[in-house]
Amino acid sequence: MLAFILRRLLQSVAVLLTVGLVAFFLFRYVGDPINAMVGQDTSMEEREQLREKLGLTEPAPIQFLRFIGNAVQGRFGLSYRTSEPVGRMILERLPATLELSFCAAMFAMLVGIPMGVYTGLYPRHWTSRLFQAVSLIGISLPTFLIGILLILFFSVILHWLPSFGRGETVQIGWWTTNFLTVKGLEALILPSITLGLFQLTLLMRLVRSEMLEVMRTDYIKFARARGLSNRAINFGHALKNTLVPVITVTGLQLGALIAFALVTETVFAWPGVGQLFIQSVQFSDIPVMAAYLMLIGLLFVLINLIVDLLYFVVDPRLRGQGGAARVGGH
Amino acid sequence: MSAWLSRAADSDIWWSFKSSSLTVVAAAATIFIIVVAFLSPLLAPHTPFDPATLSLSDGLKPPVLLSADGEWTFPLGTDDQGRDILSSIMYGTRLSLVVGFASVIVAMVLGISLGLVSGYFGGTIDAVIMRIADVQLTFPAILVALLIDGIVRGLISVQRHDEIAIYVIVGAIGLSFWVQYARTVRGSVLVEKNKEYVQAARVIGLSPILIMVRHVLPNVTGPVLVIATINLGLAIISEATLSFLGVGLPSTEPSLGTLIRLGNEVLQSGDWWITVFPGVTLAALVLAVNLLGDWLRDALNPKLR
Repeated sequence: MLAFILRRLLQSVAVLLTVGLVAFFLFRYVGDPINAMVGQDTSMEEREQLREKLGLTEPAPIQFLRFIGNAVQGRFGLSYRTSEPVGRMILERLPATLELSFCAAMFAMLVGIPMGVYTGLYPRHWTSRLFQAVSLIGISLPTFLIGILLILFFSVILHWLPSFGRGETVQIGWWTTNFLTVKGLEALILPSITLGLFQLTLLMRLVRSEMLEVMRTDYIKFARARGLSNRAINFGHALKNTLVPVITVTGLQLGALIAFALVTETVFAWPGVGQLFIQSVQFSDIPVMAAYLMLIGLLFVLINLIVDLLYFVVDPRLRGQGGAARVGGH
Repeated sequence: MSAWLSRAADSDIWWSFKSSSLTVVAAAATIFIIVVAFLSPLLAPHTPFDPATLSLSDGLKPPVLLSADGEWTFPLGTDDQGRDILSSIMYGTRLSLVVGFASVIVAMVLGISLGLVSGYFGGTIDAVIMRIADVQLTFPAILVALLIDGIVRGLISVQRHDEIAIYVIVGAIGLSFWVQYARTVRGSVLVEKNKEYVQAARVIGLSPILIMVRHVLPNVTGPVLVIATINLGLAIISEATLSFLGVGLPSTEPSLGTLIRLGNEVLQSGDWWITVFPGVTLAALVLAVNLLGDWLRDALNPKLR
């Protein structure tokens, strides 16, 4: 098991270095960092001096190492657009995105998994068919369209919920939270549903097909023969055995959730890192793009690592084998 | 021709198509949308993006069936510039479809070629291509497309970007979807290349390119077709999302996504039809294509027969 974890850690570092390399090339070769720093009346000589001073004339590998070193300490340079430090810009907006993604993931799991269990247990019931039809529509509607339709009904027509911004937030240290005020919680509802709906349909379909498969197996028949209650069979035996693929997909989707938050954030004018990224793409603000890329890369790698470790918790067969291959489908 | 037709009519695929009424409806809807969209210069009642034909006094007319203020010349109403929504949707759908098909073709050609090369030659080149695929798979496609668009914006001027926006979008979406094709094709090549007929082809001295294209490629037509159909829906959604985010096509040449973004800007004032009709069109198109993709996947999967 230790060898397995070590190997996964090494792989993670390799992926992160690759992402860092892409970010470095962006930062260094797309757009000129000097141009962004000086005015138009700076002479060529002064530019050269500045280039020398910043170490931009050194060999590329050394520059790359320095870039990675700075990134590890959270220093990503200055934004071309606002001239603020990129690290601080991202840190200010990170809580908004993380809280939104967390709520969306909770919504998707707490609604999607029970719906999947139900449709898996009673595939021919009319409510199951309804869930199936709704999930197909949910997969075909783009995220931003769901957001717009929710705004139209609940904000513009019914005036129940706010349609943009975070509402009231409370500052705790550097973290700003929505969870402590009523207005903040209200503002979370529509964006979380918008962001979580796709994940919800995905989870529901996955749990459904896994349940259908598990319910056909022999150990379920034996459990029935032993006279166990339906509840114990459905949740203790069946659902537990669907967990490995569910954890894989939930984990991988958590990363997608944080990335897709950028669409939801744009629809709801939610001041998170995704919105920052869209603005930086529009203005080709390379330092922000590079930093966002590395942040998302780090999040994905961390999530994948945690998912891999969770397998050991969920699946006892893996613990004895000293780290066999990954289980579960993608 | 008639022999070919009767063979097609006898096939399993045709039988499974006929027996699923939902699929027939989806196919009919897809064909209807495609035909209407591509004939939009002939069928559309107005040319919405010719400023000479617009009049601000026609602005913000509601749909004719839902309000007394509507006019039959603008059956689905107009936007704030006085553009006819129905005509905008027809032209916009055409653009969305063109971008969707083109980016699927880019992804398919790129993915198939890299997959063939990777599987057939193996070794270092295979390792390099597959590691790139792994890293790219770490990121969602929409993020990759955004990144490519942002890089292109950094390299060229704003005005130049608007001129070539459609190529940038097609390239960005195409590049973000190639991995799936490459992996599928590589997998089949690994299986096929050790079979006797490929060895025989090699022994008689056929060039690797000819062997790959003539002998190995036909084996992967089925799975590639399924991926392509499912990708078409995804590509249309990606283009709409990028245009909605304001980094896709410029508003002088609006696709469905751009139309939804323009409508969303005035949504708070209650003029819902500007957003909702293009949105419903987009959803219907993607739903129909997805249903076709689902059916094709099941029909070509021998395990399910």
